[in-house]
Amino acid sequence: MISTRALTRDFVVSRTETVHAVRGISLDVEPGELVAVLGPNGAGKTTTLRMLTTLITPTAGTATVAGYDVTTQPSQVRRRIGYVGQGNGAGHTQRVGDELHGQGVIYGLDRRAAKQRAGELLDALELRELAQRKVSELSGGQRRRLDVAMGLVHAPSLLFLDEPSTGLDPQNRANLWDHILRMREEHAMTIVLTTHYLDEADTMAERVVVVDHGEVIADDTASALKARLAGDRLALTVAPDHLSRLTVLAEKLPGAREVVAVGDELSIRVADGPAALPELIAAAQHDGVPIASAQVHRPTLDDVFLNLTGRNLREAA
Amino acid sequence: MTTLTVSGPALVVDRHLLRDIRIVMTRELKPVLRDPFSLLFGMIQPLVFLALFGPLLSGSMGGTFGAGVWQWFVPSILVMTTLFGTSTTGANLLFEFQTGAHERMLVTPLSRSSLLIGRALKEMVPLFGQAVIVIAVMTPFAFDLHVGGALVGLALLAVFGVGLGSFSYALAIAVRKQDWMFWVVQQTFLFPLMILSGMLLPLETGPGWMRVASKFNPLSYLVDAERTLFSGDVWSSAVLWGLVAAIVTAALGLTVGIRAMLRSAA
Repeated sequence: MISTRALTRDFVVSRTETVHAVRGISLDVEPGELVAVLGPNGAGKTTTLRMLTTLITPTAGTATVAGYDVTTQPSQVRRRIGYVGQGNGAGHTQRVGDELHGQGVIYGLDRRAAKQRAGELLDALELRELAQRKVSELSGGQRRRLDVAMGLVHAPSLLFLDEPSTGLDPQNRANLWDHILRMREEHAMTIVLTTHYLDEADTMAERVVVVDHGEVIADDTASALKARLAGDRLALTVAPDHLSRLTVLAEKLPGAREVVAVGDELSIRVADGPAALPELIAAAQHDGVPIASAQVHRPTLDDVFLNLTGRNLREAA
Repeated sequence: MTTLTVSGPALVVDRHLLRDIRIVMTRELKPVLRDPFSLLFGMIQPLVFLALFGPLLSGSMGGTFGAGVWQWFVPSILVMTTLFGTSTTGANLLFEFQTGAHERMLVTPLSRSSLLIGRALKEMVPLFGQAVIVIAVMTPFAFDLHVGGALVGLALLAVFGVGLGSFSYALAIAVRKQDWMFWVVQQTFLFPLMILSGMLLPLETGPGWMRVASKFNPLSYLVDAERTLFSGDVWSSAVLWGLVAAIVTAALGLTVGIRAMLRSAA
């Protein structure tokens, strides 16, 4: 569905300064995948998306989207993709129903078909009562649902979402995702989205592409990334005079690393936390080491990013 | 659960520029037609100006014009309405840049040039409405309506308006990253163009350099042509020059505007 090779984009800021926003990204997305592109602000997520949606042309490299080259056949690409940008696709001075209907006409539906399709999407995205309202009168969540509806008018086989849920409260985010995932089922869509919400990439996407400084630094399922690049962390507290004994036991655990003692707490990185913890507690009891408390911290994608770059995802920008 | 009536490949139709232009123009007109109050308000503005400025002109310049002051001033108001309406229209596009609506349309299969041409052509509609209202209100008073000349005059205004509107959109695209510049540039051009066209006050009594400068102002030719046409004289060289000025403005405006639109995504 998408295939890029060494995709690159520079922005010339001034005669002496060029920003290398995207540095040679090669990426393949198969039909039906749901891919999240994750990275800090300024990592090149949006620039990549803008190249794939024909908004800007690559400085170097190639990209084929829905079977067509983005540089030489942009109009073919545009007919086949849906795009929900960071802003609002619907004009603020327009009425909800008018914009949805107009979008259908733009994609070649006749008036009747466009009306019917607009009606379906108004129902599907719970916008029916708002059809006669001006877009500027909608709430943030309603407007975002309308943006998604606009992107789905022509039932594209590939949908791009650029930070779809930014600025929405948790309830509206969950609601938006319900709609997106349901539409994906119905349309058998491929979805590529950018996000800087870790939990969103974690729970929604089947594949996470981590981007930093314009390059892909990791690309796998969220659980594989976490197991491979972060692992679970065990945290146990004991009386200080038992700490050294517990450290020795912890280091015997299979795959244990980053065994760090701070104060009365011992922290251990392991591949499988829930299995390792009872094992360690049993060993401690056997040696007469009293454990005061024990926790398993499952890793987040932030831990993955931290391990890859040495920086926190939120602070990286 | 709704069932879907369309599938992707069925939508891949051949594109025609005229169809795209019509789509863009229809979309632009919808908010205008959906909001009759602001439409009406916009329509009345020229009348307010006419009512306030006309009597002053009549009082101070009455000697020059005699009873023909309205015959002289009504065409001015029509050109002024065109000038104000179309030179500000780029602000609508700026707003669509800010909200993201323009970006959305750039990713659709609509041709880039239709995004400009459709918008520019839409300018004719409110313009025509305003002109008809002004003429309808003034005719019972001291204004002599010559239908043939008036129709040609409106057509000329429409052509000029498309050109000026295109320039306004081009300006909006050029300054989209520092949008306050739009109004700075627009105002900087608006007033010299207006005053140096002899629209509000005749330039015959002004200094020589102003009369020379007015020769380089396309608006001067339009104003002259409109006055000639609204006095009922269609076959005059002033009309021809006005036509040339309007067509040149439209051609240049569309060229500059379309070029700007092609680069508007970056």
